[in-house]
Amino acid sequence: MSRLTDAHVTLAKEIIGRYPRPKSALVPLLHLAQEQDGYITRDAMVHIGQLVGVTSAEVYGTATFYEMFKFEPVGKYVVNICGTMSCALMGSEELMHHAEKRLGIKAGGTTADGMFTLEHAECQAACTEAPCLQVNYRYRYRLTPADLDQLIDDLSSERLTHEIPPHGTVAKVRQHIPPHLGVGAVEPELVTESPVWLDSKAAL
Amino acid sequence: MTSTYSHAPGFIAGDRPKIVTSRFEHADSHTLERFVATGGYLGLRAALSRPAQSVHDDVKSATVLGRGGAGFPAGVKWGLTPQGVWPRYLVVNGDESEPGTYKDRLLMERDPHQLIEGCLIACYAAGLSHCFLYVRGEMAVAQERIAEALNEAYAAGYVGKNILGSDFSLDIVLHWGAGAYVVGEETALIESLEGNRGMPRLKPPYFPAANGLYGQPTIVNNVETLANLPWLMTNGVDAYTAIGTKTSPGTRMVAVSGHVVRPGVFEIVNGTTTFRDLIYGEEFCGGIRGNNALKAFVPGGGSAPWFTSDQLDLPFEASQVGAAGSMLGSGAIIVMDETTDIPAAALTLTRFYAHESCGKCTPCREGVTWLERILSRVVDGKGTETDLAQLIEVGESICPGDFPHASNEALGLSAVPFPYKMTTICFVGPSAYVPVHSALTLFRSEFEARITKRTMINVTAVSVPA
Amino acid sequence: MSTTESNIEPASQLDPNVVSMTINGKAVLARKGEWIIAAADRTEDFIPRFCYHPRMESVGVCRQCLVEVEGPRGPMMVVSCMTPVAQGQVVRTDTDIVKRAQEGMIELLLANHPLDCPVCDKGGECPLQDQAFSHGPGESRYIEEKRHYEKPIPISGLVFLDRERCILCDRCTRFADEVAGDPLITFIHRGNNTQVMTFPDEPFASYFSGNTVQICPVGALTAEPYRFKARPWDLQQQESTCTTCSVGCRTVVQSSRNEILRYQGVDSDPVNWGWLCDRGRFNFQSTNSQNRLATPLIKSDDGLKPASWTAALDETARALRHAQPGSIAILGGARGTNEDAWAWAQLADVLGVEMRDAQLDDGLPAEIFGYPGATIDDACSAATVILLAPDLKEELPVLYLRLRGAAEKKKIRIIEIATHDSGLTRYAWKSIMHEPGNQVQTVQDVLSAPEIKEQLGRGRVVLVAGRSNLAELAHNTMAAVDSIVTTVAQVSVLPVLRRGNVRGALSLGLAPRASNDAAAILEAAANGKIDCLILLGADPLSDVPDADLARRGVAGARFIIAIDTFLTNSSAHADIVLPAAAYGEKDGTTTNLEGRVTDVVQSITPHATSRPDWMMAAELATLLGNDLGILTLQDIQARISQTVVGFDGLSVSVAVRKNGVLISVPPVSPLQVHHEAVTKRNSYEYRLVVARKLYDEAVATAMSQSLSALATGAGVYVHPLDLERIGAKDGSSVRISSTGRSVVLPVYASMSVTRGTAFAPFNQKGVDIRELLQATDGVTDVQIANIS
Repeated sequence: MSRLTDAHVTLAKEIIGRYPRPKSALVPLLHLAQEQDGYITRDAMVHIGQLVGVTSAEVYGTATFYEMFKFEPVGKYVVNICGTMSCALMGSEELMHHAEKRLGIKAGGTTADGMFTLEHAECQAACTEAPCLQVNYRYRYRLTPADLDQLIDDLSSERLTHEIPPHGTVAKVRQHIPPHLGVGAVEPELVTESPVWLDSKAAL
Repeated sequence: MTSTYSHAPGFIAGDRPKIVTSRFEHADSHTLERFVATGGYLGLRAALSRPAQSVHDDVKSATVLGRGGAGFPAGVKWGLTPQGVWPRYLVVNGDESEPGTYKDRLLMERDPHQLIEGCLIACYAAGLSHCFLYVRGEMAVAQERIAEALNEAYAAGYVGKNILGSDFSLDIVLHWGAGAYVVGEETALIESLEGNRGMPRLKPPYFPAANGLYGQPTIVNNVETLANLPWLMTNGVDAYTAIGTKTSPGTRMVAVSGHVVRPGVFEIVNGTTTFRDLIYGEEFCGGIRGNNALKAFVPGGGSAPWFTSDQLDLPFEASQVGAAGSMLGSGAIIVMDETTDIPAAALTLTRFYAHESCGKCTPCREGVTWLERILSRVVDGKGTETDLAQLIEVGESICPGDFPHASNEALGLSAVPFPYKMTTICFVGPSAYVPVHSALTLFRSEFEARITKRTMINVTAVSVPA
Repeated sequence: MSTTESNIEPASQLDPNVVSMTINGKAVLARKGEWIIAAADRTEDFIPRFCYHPRMESVGVCRQCLVEVEGPRGPMMVVSCMTPVAQGQVVRTDTDIVKRAQEGMIELLLANHPLDCPVCDKGGECPLQDQAFSHGPGESRYIEEKRHYEKPIPISGLVFLDRERCILCDRCTRFADEVAGDPLITFIHRGNNTQVMTFPDEPFASYFSGNTVQICPVGALTAEPYRFKARPWDLQQQESTCTTCSVGCRTVVQSSRNEILRYQGVDSDPVNWGWLCDRGRFNFQSTNSQNRLATPLIKSDDGLKPASWTAALDETARALRHAQPGSIAILGGARGTNEDAWAWAQLADVLGVEMRDAQLDDGLPAEIFGYPGATIDDACSAATVILLAPDLKEELPVLYLRLRGAAEKKKIRIIEIATHDSGLTRYAWKSIMHEPGNQVQTVQDVLSAPEIKEQLGRGRVVLVAGRSNLAELAHNTMAAVDSIVTTVAQVSVLPVLRRGNVRGALSLGLAPRASNDAAAILEAAANGKIDCLILLGADPLSDVPDADLARRGVAGARFIIAIDTFLTNSSAHADIVLPAAAYGEKDGTTTNLEGRVTDVVQSITPHATSRPDWMMAAELATLLGNDLGILTLQDIQARISQTVVGFDGLSVSVAVRKNGVLISVPPVSPLQVHHEAVTKRNSYEYRLVVARKLYDEAVATAMSQSLSALATGAGVYVHPLDLERIGAKDGSSVRISSTGRSVVLPVYASMSVTRGTAFAPFNQKGVDIRELLQATDGVTDVQIANIS
């Protein structure tokens, strides 16, 4: 449905320019598309293929490999409850059952109002803080069912919008390399010499 | 003694030497201002004021071990690049996702400049002309902190053209993943960074140091490994090797999770701290919850064969743990107390690897899902004796021959040392068999109980909540 | 299993590139850099495999070829498809642990594989089936539910995909990406849910898609033309050479009950490496067509009527006997065998025919063969390849694959000099676009550029030369070729004329004499100077670029004798039509663009009463009282090898049946080329480029139902900015006119077309662009007006 907006195309070109080969920008650009639409549209994949010079099929192959990319609309808030060992030992299944009951959906489903998608997630690197979950990739630690209820209340009443952007946006801060400060990416074929600093006795 | 900080959830400082977590006490440790005020970028200056080769030599003589899992010395790894082939790249592995592991995310969120400084030192020393900092996709805050830090560092002249006015120039590019455990494997990480499906390449011939990103020599280093370098440069090799043991100098970050009184992330002295210290020590986890008995523990992340109380006095040191039938891996201990439903606990790990298998090679794609299905049936109380035999059969198709496990006095088992033979390309497939094999070897009766009695032992929760 | 294995045994143990090793205790010599599996393939110890293919990069994904290699810490289990041989290496393929691993892999591969072998096209020739028997555990212990997907889905008009059968070996996807350069199929999803798929609603539209079916080690990919047609054990097969174009790919022709059912590629090391293009692979359908000519036809008052061979040959002989001296002409011969061409040339000699041409004003003069010649291997191993040729992907697809592969692997650098983007443009080191007609100036500019000069000095240079534009004189190309050959040192020429046996026909007596080429012959016919025009498998009304000239020529010839497989546009105008045996229905040899002679083999009896061309020539000669002395094909081959300079190798029949024999080309004095500068283009006009696409109205394509729908159809393509200037929309109609003549065609925007030029594909269904072409025009400038 939607290709990348002009503003995102500008951003996409900046991102592509950071890599020695354009295809490396594929995953970052898919994030950009998901940030724009909340999920990855067919047209966005075609557009990204054109921007980095690969076929739509290649974009599709890469995109579907990764868990975070969604190919149909999901809730504004995607709640990922970890179920791997440390969290499981600390009661994550109970938490998941509670979430399913509270939201009235099964893991993998989206609420009718489009606010929540509930997912079973694998290890989120917060094992000491089990059981944990992420809402749009923002952590909540050591949750009890009551904590989960409170979280859903807060999200439903949009009390956490300052911290948790709608699904699609991951990091709210982007890297930006001002052209005059950056070295610039060079195709590997064009580099044949060792870096200059290796020749000197000391750089400083 | 065991101070904790609300801004660094899970981290327990303790009264121990600090190499990589020294700034965690400051709420603003991620800012350039705090970083510079606490000795930041002095390691970079120290490095740049010497020839690159001598910096490389220091890293080699300090024996900075890789903290990602394999434990290979970083300085040696840098030296494996083929002569005269340029350009060479640094890829930072910030795709922390091994079950039980929680340390790199803390280092990225709490001290991003320390990591950047580590990258700069590594690239300077090894002649790497472009750095890609690959951060796990699901870590939004880590990405933000690193993006902010990089923007600050570029503006202040620490990164980019002519760093600190020298002839050393380097771009560091922040790259996000998008959710795939296997991308933590270094060749899969490179595939992913090339915009491909993150599937591992076969080693050999794809040893990254010779044939990595874009086919060029590439060093892949873990976040924690690189975070050690600024301190090493500032304080010198002797100070570094004075901590820890000869084979395992310095410190290590370890996350202890599961059924302990005080789960947490600790920077411990390498090579000397024992598992008993970590699980029972007052300055660490303070014992098992509710004074329960220890049933088993995973010593080095989800891929590591399990230990029981027989192995508690082993130190956190790679060769001894390997000889005892497991591995240190990524510095992650998961503790199971006596209430743990062992088959169900094993299933959570096998399911993890089945979910995360990339599907590239046959044994992992087909075998791991098969393991998961059988195990799941057993956990549901619908398994048969044949199923238990079949778990081992499928496992042997993934890992033919002897499979490592710990010794156990009560069961009369002696240890089979690490590693194993494998039919897969990478460790994901064997890792799925690890919990199955460990659980069946050490706790076979629990599986048999499921089958013969056909009773349902709390099939919904993995353990009885304390 | 792979169709190729290098048969070169390493010469000796003293050779520095040879290592000695043992496989299961037996000594084996191997080449450095070779994989263990390749070395083992020369022994009796077969290592099972699925993903390994000798013509593609190894990926080591199926894990079936695991073996043990002795290492410093005991035996190591490694995949033999990605482990190089080494001096003193000790390999075991028969230990218990290896057997356990190999049996384990088979069991795992079969876990989700449906047991529908009885209804699977692959059954009986299936590597999975075969190796399950030879290396499998005998039974499956998998009691879980298998993966389910929708049963075969079409991923293109030619290929069906059954994902349940797929074992994800990465052969098809690797082929599409690595060999064909069309990564339109890919793995999607992950882990146990991984599947091969196209992008939603974008078909696997590759000219090479049929190869994926051939290399699929299970029945996951099937070709529409062969589905449910036969069982492998019912097929008879003959190795032969494809004559669809002049690359000369080696094939296996498979037939059952006197019907051709399938072509498969055979790995010929110097030529096609086992690959075929889809046109060559699937146009066997035309041989089986109901529209084939069955009997001779003789024109009567109410059209062409079936006749007996005796009557038709008598009538033909009578016409030839009564023709005025010098008024007989032969057009064509490039679609037959060497023997066909030679026999007709003999007949022509007997009749004193001066006017003959195997080409139809759509190639280059035969003098192109007089330059120092290059082979495909020469081109693929040169330092530099200069392309002054039509789009090889469209005209000579497997040559495109070879050159693309060499360029991708950075073995060669391609300098392309062309009028519009070709399939090789993205792989070219330099791609220089020029206006049609300006190639001589462009070549001179390019050759004097310092960077190019430096590159040309780096080693051997191969010039790939052919007719890239049918809307301008061949002369323009020849002048440019001449310019390159006289300027560049160490250059050799790979001529790329496209019709199957054009080189054989031109070399065996059907080359024009003096300046009596096809255009001159048709002009003579139009002027009433031809009593008897013999169309030897030629269809000038469809193939001669100047449509008006062809029409006038066919109309002006007093008597037309057509030898053909189908009633074509031209043979429909004939007075006598003689039905010819088609490819697969006759034995013989063919000569590819390199001058490589290989055999073509009869697999089925000729359709109805049709006969090989050479037989007709022999019979006609006898009827005319000039017995050629040939009763069999072997007679002809003996005569060719004794009498035709360069063809003495034809007698080496074993070689002709394998990689072929290169004819030695006698040096020919180069064509005297006087280049005349073409007029400058009026800026309101577009200079026309007309060239062939792979799929067009050529009879073998049009008569193959699976290919006929793939042609693009007539149209004209301009740069998007030119489209804007014309004021037309993509797909709308425009009037294209040139010197008083005009056609109306749909117009399309294309970034591949240079500004100021207009590209029109040749011989497509719809309005004929040839109406604008004149054989005498140096270039063709047209005006394009929006009329919608």
